[in-house]
Amino acid sequence: MQSYRTKIFEIALRLLVEKQVDGVLGFRRGSIPMMSQPILISSPDEADQLHWDSFCSSNLATYLPRRKGRVAVFAKGCDSRNIVLQILENQIKREQLYIIGVPCQGMVDRRKVLAALDGREPAGVSEGNGMIRLSGGNFKEDLSRDEYLQENCAICTHRNPVIYDELVAETTNEQREVDRYVDIHALEAMSDDDRWQHFEKILTPCIRCYACRNACPMCYCPTCFVDESTPQWLGKSIDPTDTRTFHFLRAFHLAGRCTDCGNCERACPMGIKVRQLTKKLEKDIKQLYAYEAGLSLDEPPPLDTYRPDDPQEFIR
Amino acid sequence: MNHHLWTLIAQTIHRSSSDRILGGFHQLSRLCGQTGQTGQTIFQGIYNTMTDKMVKKADLTQLLSRLLEDYRVFAPVRRGDITNFQQISTADEPYFSCTNTILSPKSLMLPQSECMFDFTLEKGSDMAGIMREIDKDYSPRVIFGIRPCDAKSFQLLDLNFDTSSYRDPWWVRRRHHTTLVGLGCNVPCSTCFCTSVGGSPFAEDGLDLLLTDVGDEFALQSITEKGEQLLRKTGIETESSAATAKAVLACKESALGLMGSSVPTNNLEKHDVTALFNADFWDKVQFACINCGICTYVCPTCWCFDIQDEVRKNNGVRLRNWDSCMSPLFTLHGSGHNPRNEKLQRVRQRFMHKLKYFVDKYERGVACVGCGRCVEQCPVNIDIREVFRLMNQFKS
Repeated sequence: MQSYRTKIFEIALRLLVEKQVDGVLGFRRGSIPMMSQPILISSPDEADQLHWDSFCSSNLATYLPRRKGRVAVFAKGCDSRNIVLQILENQIKREQLYIIGVPCQGMVDRRKVLAALDGREPAGVSEGNGMIRLSGGNFKEDLSRDEYLQENCAICTHRNPVIYDELVAETTNEQREVDRYVDIHALEAMSDDDRWQHFEKILTPCIRCYACRNACPMCYCPTCFVDESTPQWLGKSIDPTDTRTFHFLRAFHLAGRCTDCGNCERACPMGIKVRQLTKKLEKDIKQLYAYEAGLSLDEPPPLDTYRPDDPQEFIR
Repeated sequence: MNHHLWTLIAQTIHRSSSDRILGGFHQLSRLCGQTGQTGQTIFQGIYNTMTDKMVKKADLTQLLSRLLEDYRVFAPVRRGDITNFQQISTADEPYFSCTNTILSPKSLMLPQSECMFDFTLEKGSDMAGIMREIDKDYSPRVIFGIRPCDAKSFQLLDLNFDTSSYRDPWWVRRRHHTTLVGLGCNVPCSTCFCTSVGGSPFAEDGLDLLLTDVGDEFALQSITEKGEQLLRKTGIETESSAATAKAVLACKESALGLMGSSVPTNNLEKHDVTALFNADFWDKVQFACINCGICTYVCPTCWCFDIQDEVRKNNGVRLRNWDSCMSPLFTLHGSGHNPRNEKLQRVRQRFMHKLKYFVDKYERGVACVGCGRCVEQCPVNIDIREVFRLMNQFKS
């Protein structure tokens, strides 16, 4: 990570000194352990604030739609795919961006680590040799990095950026042998009733804070359907029908557009497995259209396009 | 109450090192206001009846079982990795090892969504167009294991919901029929800063009874008559030993030494409100914000709500739901104009309300109890402690 940090600093400094961009979108070290904060720096003096570690998991593409000017952005595999989609959906122009690709080893799930520490609070966190080293008031604990990855990162098959102007490091080996859909197979094997129960169970804790939606780089609608007031489509209480409608509709709106960056689940304060909904649709789109979201600027999401030979068995 | 009596009380308090007297003192002033009794009689009454008890940890379930006979009991309950306050039906459900629950117990006083009235629009019905208050369960209940910061938040919310001009009936009734059994914080979280905002890990403000974890047992210290009543119902007779009392003091002292963090507040009230509003730093503060509602929903002192009617055919209910100033809809006018259309305006509003407008309006400090939930839960690490610093050190 140190080598990444040095390179990130050098690139940002160069771009700002040479005035190639108006700002650089990256991370700074968080104010609490295992946390980072997205920042936009616009002066070379600020370049030393830029940081990189296994907790830079926010998807920086979330900050791009409708941005003015030219900006450099550090992009992991998933961020880069969301950038592709945003370009395809006219949210930002390619020429506005200087994309600095960051080959990713997967991000570590802060909550998983905290759960493993069972109430002990880490004050210091460092990384190296595939380990996360944690220390606190009266403990030291080394955890294997790979076992504490975010769930989406553990099954990620696109760790390398798909679009970039420059890379901070050599590309990394992609994970080829992972089954992305273990949980979805289980979901599909359920009876309708059981599946309904299952969805109800996972969505019950939802407090409708909309963090999943707002963290999502593809949820950029100027006004989300849940916030429409004339007419109001959806109730504002925590009635299960309204909560389900929000989650199901959001998932469908992301069909063929979700890159499984995990920003939704990571943001959710209640630990809701939001990705089970989006991932089922990701799998369907892959089967129906042989399409994976955001891999190429030449391939818009299938539901954004029309082709005479589109499958239409579902029309009865 | 005459001046002499106040002096007497003040001297008594000064002589006693026990915080308990201070708790009694708060209640005293409240009672005097309500009953017109002389302060001295009430004061002595409180002083004589308040006794400290103790209970072995192994016997806590027995205590809770007794409470379940007389009260609806709410306590922290763990589901997966998430711990929140819930009503319990058996004594073994609570989970007291967590420091702060993800959500504050605010929803027990101000539910996230609450039906206030129902109505019918049925033509010809006698009740057509009349709001009918919906019955609710106001039987006695106890929030068991509430942290001192959360108890204090209820007092801050009283400033809004229980005033001389407005008394929110649901808030007031819920407050009245709820006994708060606090659990002092032996080890505050690293994100806690209650001591900077008028609280402490063992503060008694707002509590009726305070539990201190002293190893194999809990010390129980009643603070109000309500707490005393609850203690009587538990049937616990074991008086607190000198050793336990000593251990309680040691816990209090050690907790202060373990405070996770602190924030400066001394300049907040001095600042010119418009200058602070126009400060340059808001642009940096707001950048990372994704405008979700986590901070406002997990916050024990965010009290804003929205009122909605939900109608199906001819029948409907009037609801009150939590609202969030992070949402653009919060300020959207019927005309379509939105005075807080930009993210910066919304982020600024949240902090200005808590750390400036509230300070100026109520002169009771900030609208923050230092629980650290927003710091812990914000997905993009917007840290209110940093905003405290920026606002406090601001120079126009």
